Amino acid sequence: MEEPPKSLAKVKHIILVLSGKGGVGKSSVTTQTALTLVSKGYKVGVLDIDLTGPSIPRMFGLEGKKIHQSSKGWVPVHLSTNLKIMSLGFLINDRGSSVVWRGPKKQAMIKQMLSDVFWDELDYLIIDTPPGTSDEHITIAEELKFANPDGCILVTTPQQISVDDVKKEINFCNKVKFKILGLIENMSGFVCPYCDECTNIFSSDGGMNLCRDLGLRFLGKLPIDPSFNEMIETQGDKEGKTLVDFYKENTSFTRFNDIIQLILDDNLPNRLQNLTL
Amino acid sequence: MIAVRPHQAQEEHRFADGEIPELAPQPNNPYLKAPEPEHCPGPESENAGKSDSCTGCANKEICSSLPKGPDPDLPIITEKLSSVKHKILVLSGKGGVGKSTFTSMLAWALAADDELEVGAMDLDICGPSLPKMLGAVGESIHASNSGWSPVYVGDNLGMMSIQFMLPDKDSAIIWRGSKKNGLIKQFLKDVNWGQLDYLVIDTPPGTSDEHLSVTSYMKESGIDGALVVTTPQEVALLDVRKEIDFCKKANIKVLGLVENMSGFVCPNCKGKSMIFKPTTGGGEALAKEMGIPFLGSVPLDPRIGKSCDTGESFLDMYPDSPACTAILDVVDALRDTVGDEV
Repeated sequence: MEEPPKSLAKVKHIILVLSGKGGVGKSSVTTQTALTLVSKGYKVGVLDIDLTGPSIPRMFGLEGKKIHQSSKGWVPVHLSTNLKIMSLGFLINDRGSSVVWRGPKKQAMIKQMLSDVFWDELDYLIIDTPPGTSDEHITIAEELKFANPDGCILVTTPQQISVDDVKKEINFCNKVKFKILGLIENMSGFVCPYCDECTNIFSSDGGMNLCRDLGLRFLGKLPIDPSFNEMIETQGDKEGKTLVDFYKENTSFTRFNDIIQLILDDNLPNRLQNLTL
Repeated sequence: MIAVRPHQAQEEHRFADGEIPELAPQPNNPYLKAPEPEHCPGPESENAGKSDSCTGCANKEICSSLPKGPDPDLPIITEKLSSVKHKILVLSGKGGVGKSTFTSMLAWALAADDELEVGAMDLDICGPSLPKMLGAVGESIHASNSGWSPVYVGDNLGMMSIQFMLPDKDSAIIWRGSKKNGLIKQFLKDVNWGQLDYLVIDTPPGTSDEHLSVTSYMKESGIDGALVVTTPQEVALLDVRKEIDFCKKANIKVLGLVENMSGFVCPNCKGKSMIFKPTTGGGEALAKEMGIPFLGSVPLDPRIGKSCDTGESFLDMYPDSPACTAILDVVDALRDTVGDEV
C-alpha cells in the first residue's frame, strides 16, 4: 500500500481538522472552512470520520440525505455543485440510533470511505475528525501516509483543560508527520448582546500562548457567536439563498475569511503535482 | 442500502505505541477485523467460525481460534468491585459538554460528606481531564504485589487515571481500542479501592471500545446506572440521543439527564443570553422524548472552568452561586435515584 487511496486521485489539497478535546468546535471549523473556500470559488469536499458522533450532516442542513452507489463508487451528498459531503450519518437510517463499533470496524469503515467515495475533482478535501488519538486517527494517518496532505488545522478552546489535550494531539501530529498549518482558539470570549461587555467564559489566550510556547502559527481567535449556531439551526428558510450566501452575511465570516486567507497565502503546492505516480 | 464491505483490516501499528512503557500483557484479542455478517453466531459462541454465515467471512479464522466460554477475568473484577456500593457512569455522546467537570463535581460533592468513601475513575484514555480538575496533577500511581493504589486527593476521595502513568504529561496516548480495553480491564481488576460508597466513572465521548468494555466487564458486578450530560443545542442532543440508545442496547439504566452550559448571565448587566440555543427544546425536551428523568440545568459560569483549571472545588469556593445550587440539586436527585439516604 505505497500509494494514496484511489478516491483522492483528483483532489488537489487535503486539510484535516483536529483537536485532542471534544466539543471545541472541530465540526464548526470544518464547516466554516468549507463554506469560506466555496465562497472563493473552490470545489470543496468534506469527509466526516467521526463515526459515533457525526455532526456534519446537521451542520450543512443535510440530515436524512442518503449516499448512493454508482459504478464509480459512493456518491457523496451534494449541497451545491461545488460542495460535496460524506459522513457515516448518511448511511444510518435513524438519526437517534447509535453506532456501537469497536476499533477494527471503525478502521474498516474509514478505509472504505477513502477508497470508495467518488469525489471526482476537488480543490480541497476537508476532513473532520473525532477527539482523541485513537483508531480513527491512526487509521487516517496510515491511509494518508502516501497521500501528501497539506496538513491540519488544530482547534482548542482557551481553558487549560482543553489546551492540555491539544498538546497531546500536537505530539500525535509530530509522530505521524502531519504538518500543522496553525491553531484556532475557538469560543474565545462572549460579547453580551445587551451591554457589549466581553466575558471570557472559557478563560482566554490559552491557544495563543500555546502557539507562542511551541512556535506554532496562531491563526486567530473566534469569539462565541450565537448567530452562527442560529444560522446552522435555521437553514430551513431558504428564500432561494444557499448556506454559503447566508454565511457570507454572518458575523463570523470576516474573521474566518482572514484565517483561511493565511493558509491560502502559504501557496501550498497542489498535491497531484507532487506525487510521483 | 449500501453494503459495508468486509475489509482486510490489519492490526498493524505502523505508528507504534512506544511512548508509554508496556503496562501489562494484552488480553486475548477477541476483536474482529470485519463487520459481523448477518446471522453471526457471535465470536464467543460454540459455533464461532463454524456456522453457515461464517463461510466467506473475513473473521472466520479469528473466531474459530478464540478461546470459548466466559472471560476468566470477569469473576475477579466482580469480586474486586463487590466492596463498592454504588457505581455510576458519566456519559455523553458529545465531547466537551462537561462529563469530566460533572464527574469532578459529583466526586467533590459526595466526598464533602465525611461518612462517605468516594472513588473517581477516568476512562478517557486519549484525553484524561480528571486529574487536573481534582487537583492531582503530577501524581503517580503506586503499584505493589496486591495491585495499584489510587491517588488520594482527600481523606475519603481517591482517583485513578492513565495520566498518572505517563512519562511526560503531554505524551500522546496513540492507542487503538484493543489496547485501551486492556487498560480498562486493569483499572477494574487491579486497583485497590477498598470499601467505597461511590465509584464515579468518567468516560470519553462516543459509543465505542471504552463504553462497550466498561459495561461488559462490569456486567456481573452491576452498574447502578448512567448520568448523561448534554448541552442545550441540537447538534449536541443529536449525539446524546445516540448515547441513550447505547444505554438501552447495553442494558444500562439512565439515572437521569443533566443539561450543562444552559444560559449565561452577563456579570456586568445581568442580561441573560442563551449561548447554546435550545432550538429543539434542550435537555428537558429530550428527556421527555426518551422517557428518562431530567435532573436539572446548570448555567454557564466562567468560574467553573477556572476552578477546573486550578483543580479546586467550585462548590467550596462559590457555594452561593446559582450554578453551585443547580449542581448540588442534581447530586441530591442522583443520590435519591440510587437509593442512598441524603
